[in-house]
Amino acid sequence: MASIKEQFEIPSKLKTWAYALIGFGLVALIAGFITKGRGTEEEQAVFIGTIMYNTIFWTLICNASMFFICVTTLAWGGWQQSFRRVPEAISTMVPIFGSITVAVLLFVALSGNHHIYHWLDTKAVENDEILKGKSGFLNVKFFVIWTLLAVGLWSLLGWRMRQISNEADTAAMDGEIGASFIWRNTVRAALFIVWFALTVGSTVPWLWMMSIDAHWYSTMYSWYNFASSFVSGMSLIALWVIYLKNKGYLEYTNQEHLHDIGKFMFAFSIFWTYLWFSQYMLIWYSNQPEETIYFKHRVQGPYKGIFFLNLIINFICPLLILMKRSAKRNYTLITFMAVLILFGHWIDFYQEVMGSISKEEVTLGWLDFGILSLFVGLMIFFVSRALASKPLIPKYHPFLKESIIHHT
Amino acid sequence: MAKKTFVVGCFDDEEVLFPAIKKVRTAGYKIQDVYTPFPVHGLDHALGMRETSLHTAGFIYGITGTTTALSCISWILTSDWPLNIGGKPHFALPAWIPIMFELTVLFSAVGMVLTFCYLCQLAPFVKKHHFHARATDDLFVMPIECTSKTNIDDLQAFLKNAGAVEVNVQVAEDGWWLGRYDKDEMPFENKIVAA
Repeated sequence: MASIKEQFEIPSKLKTWAYALIGFGLVALIAGFITKGRGTEEEQAVFIGTIMYNTIFWTLICNASMFFICVTTLAWGGWQQSFRRVPEAISTMVPIFGSITVAVLLFVALSGNHHIYHWLDTKAVENDEILKGKSGFLNVKFFVIWTLLAVGLWSLLGWRMRQISNEADTAAMDGEIGASFIWRNTVRAALFIVWFALTVGSTVPWLWMMSIDAHWYSTMYSWYNFASSFVSGMSLIALWVIYLKNKGYLEYTNQEHLHDIGKFMFAFSIFWTYLWFSQYMLIWYSNQPEETIYFKHRVQGPYKGIFFLNLIINFICPLLILMKRSAKRNYTLITFMAVLILFGHWIDFYQEVMGSISKEEVTLGWLDFGILSLFVGLMIFFVSRALASKPLIPKYHPFLKESIIHHT
Repeated sequence: MAKKTFVVGCFDDEEVLFPAIKKVRTAGYKIQDVYTPFPVHGLDHALGMRETSLHTAGFIYGITGTTTALSCISWILTSDWPLNIGGKPHFALPAWIPIMFELTVLFSAVGMVLTFCYLCQLAPFVKKHHFHARATDDLFVMPIECTSKTNIDDLQAFLKNAGAVEVNVQVAEDGWWLGRYDKDEMPFENKIVAA
């Protein structure tokens, strides 16, 4: 007990990596702005769309960390306490990536960029029965207010969860204080979950991404994106936990905890596929032109390769590789699978957004990877700072012992 | 099927049971099995049992189900009796996936249950000796197999020492037999030695 390393010190190598990735990302951003950002309207749409899907992806997966904390809190779970500071640190990215998302989306909405959001074109909407019917939901005012509210409340409610977690560092709790601590945790987690359900679980992916195909809709779309972001979020948590273990921190976290994180990665990969298939099969079966238009150029057009690659990386690989118990307890395999899943779902977000903005050609190239490196760099930089700002183990949390003796 | 002599130690607490298992195993006695009223985490590990292969069997049953469904349905709908359904291609994979999934689940579930029964030697009318009726209620029951060299009195004292609340000696059938408890003569003799 006495010899645990509570305080994370950021290794200089990690900082160098973060700076290098951010630097590379900034260069790509500037080069992208010069080559594409000032070109034709289509080129501009590609440039902004590339930033858009990256920032939405990273905001949602960092928010999934807070979702993980709140869900396990509501379930009165104890096993995650030994590494709960990791998802907490990742969730501090929500205000940062969230503001980038808000800035990009508000720029698109307020500048009336109808190459990205067709419903911003007021003249087209007037002569379009379908868009007129949707205008109560797809209009600038609602878009702006809902986007601000979504990101603002995720940040606020997440911040409240992190604040209450600090109490577990100060002093030992007796039964009464512990019970009230758990109760207040439960209430705050429940508030977050309700707001999460109203945003990530339903409206936000419809509003931010599905509305690019203004005429098309799928009720499953938000669930699908929730599954995508949650499984990537768990992979990100796994990567940070393994990194800290490698550096000799998180003494109480062991294979048993890794096994449970691996189970989440496995189970939600299957859940993602379930939603992917449900969405695809219903549209394939009924075969109505206004619905199949979403899949036409993805399955038969230029996006064919990415479309099926997506399915192989995000379904076949997790299914076959993570199925075995020993795989979920293996640090190397979990690291490999976490990177693969993160990449797979990033590709998934890519084809969801860019597949609609640039239907004729696949734009995946240096700009996408450059912007990705910018976000990865920012994530490493800020998450490592957040990890260093607090003890890594909530020493006096009433459920900590449950996590130490955890056994799957 | 053979009758063997067992020294049966009964424990009423997990906290006592685990150190006792460790002591018994280090002393070199052979534990036949430990009967518990509920699943106890880590017991298989403490007993040094190998990891079960049931899930590997389940995987094999599963892919058998998938291939059965796929080969059957694709043969029927493409060569045996092709039908035009809503203008879809004869080889309509998306429509078959739910059936392939269901057959995967069905094969693996039924297969695993049957394999489990086989591994545990469970079947209708198959009977086994119960070492202690309270193993289904509140006692952890640990029978230890005796050989000709085992000193039974020493072993009893050893179990008492390890925290057993009740110790007795039973000569019992080790395997299973067919029959009914209420009608058949029990193929074992129960010699309970006062604790």
